Amino acid sequence: MFDSLSDRLQGVFKSLRGQARLTESNVESVLREIRLALLEADVNFKVVKAFIDRVRDRAMGQDVLRSLTPAQHVVKIVREEMLALFGDTDGGLPPAPRSPRVVLLLGLQGSGKTTTAAKLAAWLARQGRHPILVSTDVRRPAAIQQLNVLGAKAKIRVHDPAGEMDPVVRAAGALREARNTGFDVVIVDTAGRLHIDDDLMVELQAIQSAVEPTDRLFVADAMTGQDAIKSAGEFNRRVGVTGVVLTKLDGDARGGAALSVVSVVGVPIAFVGSGERLEDLEPFHPDRVVSRILGMGDVLSLIEKAEAAIDRDQAERLEQKIRLDDFTLDDFRDQLRTIRKMGPLESIMGMLPGLGNLKQLADNKPDEKQLARIEAIIGSMTPQERRRQDIINGSRRKRIARGSGTTVEEVNKLLKQFVQMRKMLKSIGGMGGGRKGRRKALGMLQSLGQRR
Amino acid sequence: MSFLGRLRQGLSRTKNQLVERFDDIVRRADTPERRSRPVDVETIDALEELLISADIGMPATERIIEAVRRRSRRGESLRDLVKEELRAIFDAADRPVPDEVRPHVVLIVGVNGTGKTTTVGKLASLARAQGAQPLVCAADTYRAAAVEQLEIWAKRAGVDIVRAREGSDPAAVVYDALSAGRARDRSPILVDTAGRLHTRVNLMNELEKIRRIAAREVSGAPHEVLLVLDATVGQNGLTQAREFMGASGVNGIVLTKLDGTAKGGVAVAIAHDLQLPIRYVGVGEGMDDLIPFAPAEYIDALFEEKW
Repeated sequence: MFDSLSDRLQGVFKSLRGQARLTESNVESVLREIRLALLEADVNFKVVKAFIDRVRDRAMGQDVLRSLTPAQHVVKIVREEMLALFGDTDGGLPPAPRSPRVVLLLGLQGSGKTTTAAKLAAWLARQGRHPILVSTDVRRPAAIQQLNVLGAKAKIRVHDPAGEMDPVVRAAGALREARNTGFDVVIVDTAGRLHIDDDLMVELQAIQSAVEPTDRLFVADAMTGQDAIKSAGEFNRRVGVTGVVLTKLDGDARGGAALSVVSVVGVPIAFVGSGERLEDLEPFHPDRVVSRILGMGDVLSLIEKAEAAIDRDQAERLEQKIRLDDFTLDDFRDQLRTIRKMGPLESIMGMLPGLGNLKQLADNKPDEKQLARIEAIIGSMTPQERRRQDIINGSRRKRIARGSGTTVEEVNKLLKQFVQMRKMLKSIGGMGGGRKGRRKALGMLQSLGQRR
Repeated sequence: MSFLGRLRQGLSRTKNQLVERFDDIVRRADTPERRSRPVDVETIDALEELLISADIGMPATERIIEAVRRRSRRGESLRDLVKEELRAIFDAADRPVPDEVRPHVVLIVGVNGTGKTTTVGKLASLARAQGAQPLVCAADTYRAAAVEQLEIWAKRAGVDIVRAREGSDPAAVVYDALSAGRARDRSPILVDTAGRLHTRVNLMNELEKIRRIAAREVSGAPHEVLLVLDATVGQNGLTQAREFMGASGVNGIVLTKLDGTAKGGVAVAIAHDLQLPIRYVGVGEGMDDLIPFAPAEYIDALFEEKW
């Protein structure tokens, strides 16, 4: 149902082929498409309006760059304007003015504050910090216990005086413990509250004046709709938000709420939550969310995930091998294992431009079991066979099929795919590594996405 | 308190903004002398903005706008036109709830953080109030302390709970609950499931398994599969509904957190695009703040001039 903005614009421009300039008439129909795309991505309509005006000003009467189609040119303008809105930030937390740093997490019910608290603590610990957690959610049943369990899982100290049910006292106690025992970050989880619930907003302000947080992070669900602008605005008015955490970005929501929140509150997005594991919190990168809102995939995240999973030496050895045309079935199996380390295949494919929509993948779902079978087939080969696949004749194939519990057809298929892959790798192999090569690879990926 | 009263109370803030803006539009456009003419562009734009800002989505918005354009010439009031169109959308989605089989098995599903566990607690309380003997089943074995949270709700509502340890197989817990429910003659059996994003194929398959087990144990079960949607959710709510329908046979919506400023308009989009009815709405944090949904009254509550 969601087409990427570039797809939509391509449609508009089909009738306008050959036009070298963006004129008033074609720009208006283009702007309408942009408007619809943004609304479907849940960007607030007020934000959309202001945004469209800016894009109109820039797009009108401009010469279309030689290298771009008019559609690409407009998308470029939209992208740039959107990036400008998100500001020049690399996410994460700014340097703390004092120690211990106090981080207050706030937001609506169910936005993911407690999970974020634990994830943030784990992230800080990875940065070499010493965080302590405290829950001030005395309202939701078992909320305190939830944080205790998550803290234990992440091996993070949780301040939890038994029986203490005053949120302010709990928060202040955690700060005292941090000062006395040398923790340098206090993360205060709060109860979810509606921005219009006056009593609870007053409570939040009381917690705030008790612990004087250096960071007040508004936790927002990436699936939020038009209302994002109101809740974020009200929290900001009450406690002065210093940053935003965007959660549940591992779904397929476009996350237009991010744009709304940033426009209203005027602070950067610090982190994004992208999964259920404690490690699934990353500093925010504007370009990725922009690509997502525009339905252009998230190639950079993919590359980063790959980099995290592949160890550098291994990658260099592999590159060398490819260059020397020495890529064997052993290496192929290593590759498969690396891919599986990156996470479930569906989530990886979701990051590829043009594959973002799972619907299109419905009949083409990547099969984790298939990977296991391939591993089994390779595992049933002798070391010699793995090094030189051309010696695998008919009777060897039969043996391999028996050994791996598969069929000769499957073995044949795998070998055929392997030969194809080798050919492909050889042609990319000449590209060279490093940043430049990566960018080139990125371009190839993107053009792959566009051709679909 | 009546449905209308409760809804009004919960919706009072929702209403203020929507109704005031709607009133504004109507006041400008809905005068007798203007009624005979086609609706002007400004009114259409304002109305479109209003509907979109309620998360109603483009297709349903366009349908309503189209109806207004087409029919306003006949001198009907703008207010009635919009209300009627919304009602038509809800009516087309209405389905009766099957209730012949005992125990009546209800599966509660949805993405993370929409209020599933709270809804199960409130549904149990509602069933108790109606004289039934419900049993709740804690099949969210994933989220930390989810079982404990439901236990507290069960205690408050005074109903039995079947639970399992964290990390055990949810389908097995459901099996236990159904056996226990039959042995103790409890109905409805309300099953809380773990929050899951609809894009996670493995977790969605887990729901299919729960369904399979339920159907094997009780004829026609689960009789109701309720998708819990947060009223603040945007157009992704539609995708959620579609995916959960496919994987778990959702046949109704519970709209939670309607006591905020969000209108849950995506439920209109869902009714319009997928013909899924809203069954309950959550209007507060109290035990009794879940009420059966009544479309006509809901729309009235949204668009009445004065209360």
